[in-house]
Amino acid sequence: MNFETIIGLEVHVELKTASKIFSPSTNEFGSAPNTNVNPIDLGYPGTLPVLNEEAVNFAMKAAMALNCEVATDTKFDRKNYFYPDNPKAYQISQFDQPIGEHGSIEIEVNGKKKKIGITRLHLEEDAGKLTHGEDGYSYVDYNRQGTPLIEIVSEPDMRSPEEAYAYLEKLKNIIQYTGVSDVKMQEGSLRCDANISLRPIGQEEFGTKAELKNLNSFSFVQKGLEFEEKRQEKVLLSGGEILQETRRYDEKTKETILMRIKEGSDDYRYFPEPDLVPLYIDEAWKERIRSEIPELPDARRARYVSELGLSEYDANVLTASKQMSDFFEEAVGHGADVKQVSNWLMGEVSAYMNKHYKEIEELAITPDALAKMVKLIEDGTISSKIAKKVFAELVENGGDPEKIVEEKGLVQISDPEQLKQIVNEILDQNEQSIIDFKDGKKKAKGFLVGQIMKATKGQANPPLVNQILAAELEKR
Amino acid sequence: MSLFDYTIKELEAKLHNHEITVEDLVKESYEQIKEVDGDVHAFLTLDEEKALEKARELDKREDKSGILFGIPAGIKDNIVTKGLRTTCASQFLDNFTDPLYNATVVDKLDAENPVAVGKLNMDEFAMGSSNENSGYEPTRNPWNTDHVPGGSSGGSAAAVAAGEVLFSLGSDTGGSIRQPAAFCGVVGMKPTYGRVSRFGLVAFASSLDQIGPLTRTVEDNARVLEVIAGHDKMDSTSADVDVPAYTEALTGDVKGLKIAVPKEYLAEGVSEEVKHSVMEALKVYESLGATWEEVSLPHSKYALATYYLLSSSEASANLARFDGVRYGVRSENAENMLDMFVKSRSEGFGDEVKRRIMLGTFALSSGYYDAYYKKAQKVRTLIKNDFDKILEEYDVIVGPTTPTPAFKVGEKTSDPLTMYVNDILTIPVNLAGVPGISIPCGFSEEGLPIGLQIIGNYFDESTVYRAAHAFEQATEHHKKRPQLGGAK
Amino acid sequence: MAEISKEQVKHVANLARLEFDDEAVEQMANELSAIIEYAEQLNELDTENVKPTTHVLDLKNVMRKDEPKKWITQEEALKNAPDQKDGQIRVPSILE
Repeated sequence: MNFETIIGLEVHVELKTASKIFSPSTNEFGSAPNTNVNPIDLGYPGTLPVLNEEAVNFAMKAAMALNCEVATDTKFDRKNYFYPDNPKAYQISQFDQPIGEHGSIEIEVNGKKKKIGITRLHLEEDAGKLTHGEDGYSYVDYNRQGTPLIEIVSEPDMRSPEEAYAYLEKLKNIIQYTGVSDVKMQEGSLRCDANISLRPIGQEEFGTKAELKNLNSFSFVQKGLEFEEKRQEKVLLSGGEILQETRRYDEKTKETILMRIKEGSDDYRYFPEPDLVPLYIDEAWKERIRSEIPELPDARRARYVSELGLSEYDANVLTASKQMSDFFEEAVGHGADVKQVSNWLMGEVSAYMNKHYKEIEELAITPDALAKMVKLIEDGTISSKIAKKVFAELVENGGDPEKIVEEKGLVQISDPEQLKQIVNEILDQNEQSIIDFKDGKKKAKGFLVGQIMKATKGQANPPLVNQILAAELEKR
Repeated sequence: MSLFDYTIKELEAKLHNHEITVEDLVKESYEQIKEVDGDVHAFLTLDEEKALEKARELDKREDKSGILFGIPAGIKDNIVTKGLRTTCASQFLDNFTDPLYNATVVDKLDAENPVAVGKLNMDEFAMGSSNENSGYEPTRNPWNTDHVPGGSSGGSAAAVAAGEVLFSLGSDTGGSIRQPAAFCGVVGMKPTYGRVSRFGLVAFASSLDQIGPLTRTVEDNARVLEVIAGHDKMDSTSADVDVPAYTEALTGDVKGLKIAVPKEYLAEGVSEEVKHSVMEALKVYESLGATWEEVSLPHSKYALATYYLLSSSEASANLARFDGVRYGVRSENAENMLDMFVKSRSEGFGDEVKRRIMLGTFALSSGYYDAYYKKAQKVRTLIKNDFDKILEEYDVIVGPTTPTPAFKVGEKTSDPLTMYVNDILTIPVNLAGVPGISIPCGFSEEGLPIGLQIIGNYFDESTVYRAAHAFEQATEHHKKRPQLGGAK
Repeated sequence: MAEISKEQVKHVANLARLEFDDEAVEQMANELSAIIEYAEQLNELDTENVKPTTHVLDLKNVMRKDEPKKWITQEEALKNAPDQKDGQIRVPSILE
């Protein structure tokens, strides 16, 4: 029997407001435990929530960027459950009137485009952080409690782990462009749970799904889903039954491990939050937020192809992160050649980032510096080869390319007389190569060029060297 | 000199004329507490040293401004006070010595310089009508200690009645200020929902809770409300509506005042004595030039069920934070996380609190939400509409505060429903969100006070106070003092 | 459906993180049944077209500006905690 895989994702994204969603505590990652907290975050008796306007603005922005309809009437509800990291024993969330609904994004897998529906996007508060010590105790830090969070629930539209991966990449990409979140999985500002089920091909009804948790990177999401796909298939083929269970992905064994079997659905006893009044989002408010949404990746990509003449592939790579794309735009804005800037970013810059695990904004090189360097190449001041030396300096220590070229004496030798002299010196030292060349051995010329470049520390203008060398060889 | 012989205004004059000092007042308060509180049990926490220190500091000030300057006051123990133990009369919070912050009302009071002498007893987490649900020694009625003081603000009412403080703050979710005020023969106001900030009031039922003052006279009451009322940015449900000078509304003039008397409030279940007192009160109003007519609030009979479903549901969530993690008493028998929750809560909460949490959890649980919680929210709309309609035509609604005077200790503890019925006349006011006051309007044959309830329109506490004041000034009921409150 | 069974009481108690001994479960079942039976009278009313009331005042869009404010110290945050270590609140772990 052949099965079809059905995947739906629930993604939580922390919003980077200055303060928390319902209290004025600082919203910041990485502080000492329980320092960004106040009695409201700690669920002290008598405290009350007051909604942060910016959290609503950010959620609206994300909803709009994901093509959701933004609600006009919306409200908050209490979701009740006990856990030490949930200080009120209810989470303020949204139940039946989420701020965004009916959205979608387009993904591309193996050249095929596909629309993935977004069921809903709602605003809520994040919980604190509970860590399990090895001493038999657990420890609670409430710094994260009250961080504004949006939960984005997809339709069960994905049919493969690859599509799930593509969806996450795209979602992250879009949110990142809106600027409402850092979307850093390693810092927990983007988190993902996955629902996966199988059904025999042709069957309409969904099979029983398993929920995957503890997916700490996009590739773990994909790997976890791939494992789960096989596991469920095996169970079904052997006549077994899939139970509604929660499983976690183990990064070491690369397997999914049963956490608990769900009996029915959890009873969260949602009811409208009496401490917060409803929200009425009128057209003017929506319009204001809509006007603040920057150009999103799809639009940028299309523009790079149609207006800047880049290939689809290059446009894709450059817009994969907003930082990269912004860097590109700024460099091009300084008048540097589009194709050259693109090549440098996709080549040397990306290679450096990958090697050193750094983000582009952490590099010492600025868009202005890259633009200047590219211009130096264009006007022949430096060769591409020399440019690599300049780049190595720029990426580590920053600075002005012109000054670097000057200080290090890296200016290209383009004076024909000077070059002619060097060429003849090399020819004099390599009589055998001249003979070889005359005998028709083409390699000999390459060798001679290498010697010339070596003698000039790579600063000789290559086309000119070729031209002069050919002429001088003729004369011998 | 005794506290209970004077109003706040009179004491203010004495302080200004240097006839007395704040220290005299505070000492007087503590002397009375020492004298009677062993019987009354109005206080849960006292801080005499701090109070006297504050008194002396105030006495040294040149600037004696502040409309409650130097006045000894008590605060219900579900209103949080920075650096002062706040227990909500629950064993769960027995060790909660510093809630870290002040309730907004406490900060507002502080600005007017009264002297807080201590925290007042109540039914645990404000759930109850008799103070018998206190996690500590229950408060008794100063008029007759065999009787309950009412609840949940029983300590707040008893402390004022017994002359231990000049005024107190209470909270009212279904009658918790007005009912004990009626039982103890004092004045208790539940303001419009949203009139007084709830920030720092330990929530019982968030959509119903309001803080209000309990005093011996209407004038004192208006003075305190003036101080604690007003918009608060920390409470999203607090209304941004100007606070008028309530004391200026006390003109004594009620000529032309249109009074509605709901027939449902004088129906079966209301004792003859109470009915009689209310009818007498209406005669007083007539003599003062007001008119009254019988009206109907047809959904009154549904208020009790509506209230218990809604308040218990909200309470089930509001009290979930008492989990033994961040504050309060964690069970020593907890071996794992689940144990910590279950045992801390089961050991820390009293029976009535558990009952309400159970009822509320049930009403919100899967499969029952629509039938109970949502249904009750809809009926709440009908009850509110009843009030809206009547208050379009009439200035105030008048009736009894309670069906009977204070009952005996232990009389109603066996059956929760019998106890709940006691609040049948006060609950609809909370459901509608309008203001209501209880003032003394007579005494039973046994010598127990009877309360008159006056209900007004949204944010129109002024008219309620004006009506209450006019009645008070035309009668002598408020001058009678209980045995434990200085009766000669 | 006014009868609340002992099983239901136990289920609800679990949701509320409360425990009762057998006698108390029985008593709670009786008391809750009585209260719920009393509440059934609400069904006399046709509320089909009635909007539920969550808030009696018609307030909307109450929000604050996104401005962080320091309020308490770490020491204060932990002051009332029954158990703490290294700046964190300590609780028993899930398993025994």
